[in-house]
Amino acid sequence: MTDPLLKIENLQTQLGDEQDPVRVVDGLDLAIHRGETFALLGESGCGKSMTALSMMRLLPPSGRVVEGDIEFGGTDLLWLSEQEMRQVRGGRMGMIFQEPMTSLNPVLKIGDQIAEAVRLHDRLRGSRVTKRVLELLDSVGIPDPVRRAREYPHQLSGGMKQRVMIAMALAGRPELLIADEPTTALDVTIQAQVLNLLKDLQRDSGMAVLLITHDLGIVAETADRLAVMYAGQIVETSDVSTFFQGPKHPYSRKLFESLPDSNKRDEKLAVIKGFVPSLKQQFTGCRFLQRCEESGDRCSREVPEWRQLNRRQGVRCLLYAEKPLVSKAKQDPQTTLHRTRKTSADPLLSVIDLKVHFPIHKGVLRRVVGHVRAVDGVDLQIPKGHTLALVGESGCGKTTVGKAILQLLKPTAGSARFEGDELTRLRGAALRKRRADMQIIFQDPMSSMNPRMLVGDIIAEGMQAQKMGTKPQQAWRVNQLLQQVGLSEEAAGRYPHEFSGGQRQRICVARALAVQPKLIICDEPTSALDVSVQAQILNLLKELQHELDLSYLFITHNISVVSYLADEVAVMYLGRIVEQGRVESVLNSPAHPYTQALLSAVPVPDPDHQRDVIRLEGDMPSPANPPTGCHFHPRCPQASEQCRQAYPPQAELSRGQRVSCWLHTVGQ
Amino acid sequence: MIDYLLTRLFSALLVVVGVALVVFLLIHLVPGDPVDVMLGESARPADREALRTALGLDQALGRQLLDYFSGLARLDLGSSIYSRQPVSELLAARIPATLQLALAATVCALLIAIPLGLLAAVRRGEAWDWGAMSFSLVGLSIPNFWLGPVLVLVFSLWLGWTPVSGREASGSIILPAITLGTGFAAILARMVRSSLLEVLGEDYVRTARAKGLDEPRVVWRHAMRNAWLPVVTLLGLQLGALLGGAVVTEIVFDWPGVGSLLIEAIQKRDYPVVQGCVLFVSLVYVLVNTLTDLAYGVLDPRIRQGLD
Repeated sequence: MTDPLLKIENLQTQLGDEQDPVRVVDGLDLAIHRGETFALLGESGCGKSMTALSMMRLLPPSGRVVEGDIEFGGTDLLWLSEQEMRQVRGGRMGMIFQEPMTSLNPVLKIGDQIAEAVRLHDRLRGSRVTKRVLELLDSVGIPDPVRRAREYPHQLSGGMKQRVMIAMALAGRPELLIADEPTTALDVTIQAQVLNLLKDLQRDSGMAVLLITHDLGIVAETADRLAVMYAGQIVETSDVSTFFQGPKHPYSRKLFESLPDSNKRDEKLAVIKGFVPSLKQQFTGCRFLQRCEESGDRCSREVPEWRQLNRRQGVRCLLYAEKPLVSKAKQDPQTTLHRTRKTSADPLLSVIDLKVHFPIHKGVLRRVVGHVRAVDGVDLQIPKGHTLALVGESGCGKTTVGKAILQLLKPTAGSARFEGDELTRLRGAALRKRRADMQIIFQDPMSSMNPRMLVGDIIAEGMQAQKMGTKPQQAWRVNQLLQQVGLSEEAAGRYPHEFSGGQRQRICVARALAVQPKLIICDEPTSALDVSVQAQILNLLKELQHELDLSYLFITHNISVVSYLADEVAVMYLGRIVEQGRVESVLNSPAHPYTQALLSAVPVPDPDHQRDVIRLEGDMPSPANPPTGCHFHPRCPQASEQCRQAYPPQAELSRGQRVSCWLHTVGQ
Repeated sequence: MIDYLLTRLFSALLVVVGVALVVFLLIHLVPGDPVDVMLGESARPADREALRTALGLDQALGRQLLDYFSGLARLDLGSSIYSRQPVSELLAARIPATLQLALAATVCALLIAIPLGLLAAVRRGEAWDWGAMSFSLVGLSIPNFWLGPVLVLVFSLWLGWTPVSGREASGSIILPAITLGTGFAAILARMVRSSLLEVLGEDYVRTARAKGLDEPRVVWRHAMRNAWLPVVTLLGLQLGALLGGAVVTEIVFDWPGVGSLLIEAIQKRDYPVVQGCVLFVSLVYVLVNTLTDLAYGVLDPRIRQGLD
């Protein structure tokens, strides 16, 4: 094998105080070859991004590399002067980031931002710069580059912005492109576009890609080799196909087991107990020890050395023996969930033709010139004890539906009946009383709790508002709730910032449960969490549903969560539901072309899985100005003349699956 | 952009009308008879009646309001009770001095504040930062009625470099501008620093560095461009205050601006002049703040295009 393009040896990066540093990267070895895609996999806080920033020498002010070599194409980057390093940055080594929304300068035109990189690394001047900028925009698939180059970032969609970021990185014709969670902030259909673009560009230019991600599906589909990081170290490297046949490190195995999918519906998801250890300490044993279910005596006494098992695979574990990838949970009867026999009685919640339109004001007199039709006629039913998943991409109106049901937003039209009671007509005290029956859990647990209130007060606040019980009774109930969500009683006397992300979401669940609701609207409750923590919250929600006969409206974009948790699913596009039905039927035999495309775009954590991504062109149109006819027709591969003219009526397929598409209304 | 401009101008106009109304009511809000307040209890009844007629106070309130606004439309603000000069002329004589002082002080403040704030932000936590912020704290703490005389003592009396007071001699602007500009610079420098620090932590600054740009370009072209908004807001507020007459400084340096006119008028209870000055100060405030809003549009394309 030829010399690698990038070779990192014993990289040690520290943050903060020099006497008591946080060792964010602690002895990392890595080699990336020309033209390959190398994935760095791990959960948040494990040191992936810090590794990348160390390579670019762009660490935050409190960070420094204290040890190691980063050899890139024959030069050691750590020995270069700052001026020499600037030639490398954005030149031979480009980088794109997670948040395309905030990674472009809002006050500079797209074209100017790319031109800057072109001038710097291509040494072009004058009209040739413009020409090269347009070439780059074209190469990343941005239509009408001349017009786009003159626009500002806010005029572009998220996917387009990430394309611009890629164009900017390509300006220096990099040999290595570092992509730090490049699609995490994007919708899955847009993610498919961007990943595909990266693949094409790589094939044409022969550059290597270091892909930083937490998503096993993306790794399986795009990478050649990978490394799993845990607590500042690499715990396993492998080529992708070997890894997916059988990961060696217990941590890697856990990552697989905690992924939700439809096959695990009747069981609890595996969780990783405990937390990532503090990286301030010096380790005398294995870093994963506290959380490992297979650890032995040696693991606490001996720091595990790197073992190269064969040419393809290496692992940092004292018990690296081959183990088949079976979930422990499967064999343990204790963890099976008894699924409630769910009978479809009268619906608890019934939503009919719900509409939420926001007026658009314009001009000196703030005249209403149009409406954003965020929700434009939605019908939903949730029976008692059931989970209805509402899926769709960002901007489709799913969160607005949730808020309108709770009457946190005033619906423009339509009805929402809860136990037969019309919610849209409730006012004042009657509405406040009803609120006890319907609670909500938000995506970001930190920002949905008052940081200056004690956890106990946060949980008790709803009970006080609803005048439920006396003070001592409320205090007793707070303790009981904390136990119910798997926290200790002493949590009541602490503040939200003292907890981890997963624990905070448990507190939010406890807060919702405090007023004994019958329906909980879960708005992306696990999107901000790592997979192993997500598994804990999903397990908790499932248990609580079983115990308390709760109904959930589960708003999400994550299809595998839907397949694990939901009974029914409704797919939303541009303010309307295009398809709904039982989870099995919709996910296994989607009828609407949008559902088909959405499902096909989800990366599957199996490198042998051959899927044909139905590639959607462009972005979702604006709900202020939806296309005529079927809203999906401009992006639909199967659109016909009829689709352009009228919105399709709902057609009933077998087993209660309903779809709004002209392809399924033939003969009606 | 045109839409944005019209919206801003329209709301500015509303504020101006509101301010004019308040200024009109000012004289009626004085407890007791305004004529008593102006002339004193011992004045002769004939004089009182003469003043009452001169001020139009003998008319019905509606009539007075109508006269007042039609006067405003003709730029007629009434006349001074003492000098009999039209208020508009008195003001016009003072405005250039005020304008000159305000602009000089602002230039002085910007010249100090921007480099200072920039340096403090870029060298955060280092000696530069500490030094710049200490200077700013001192600048904020020193009152103008102290700084002014000290500057006069040192530069005019001891060194003899600058005139002591007045506006006629060349170089007379220097000391008042520095006196006013120092406090202004101190606040501005803090704002430049904090605004820039916030922007330096943004993702797009990291992008700019990842492109391979050198630090000066990252800071000036990418960060500072985004840091302007809060700085401009403060600049607008402070400039409004300066243009309204920097009373203390004008008195210390015997500077013939609107501020000293206002003080004289208040001391003499010359109500038409007080009203005129207050109206002028308010108008300047509205004007400067409208300009500030328009500057947002120039600085930030998102505001310009009515989004966000």
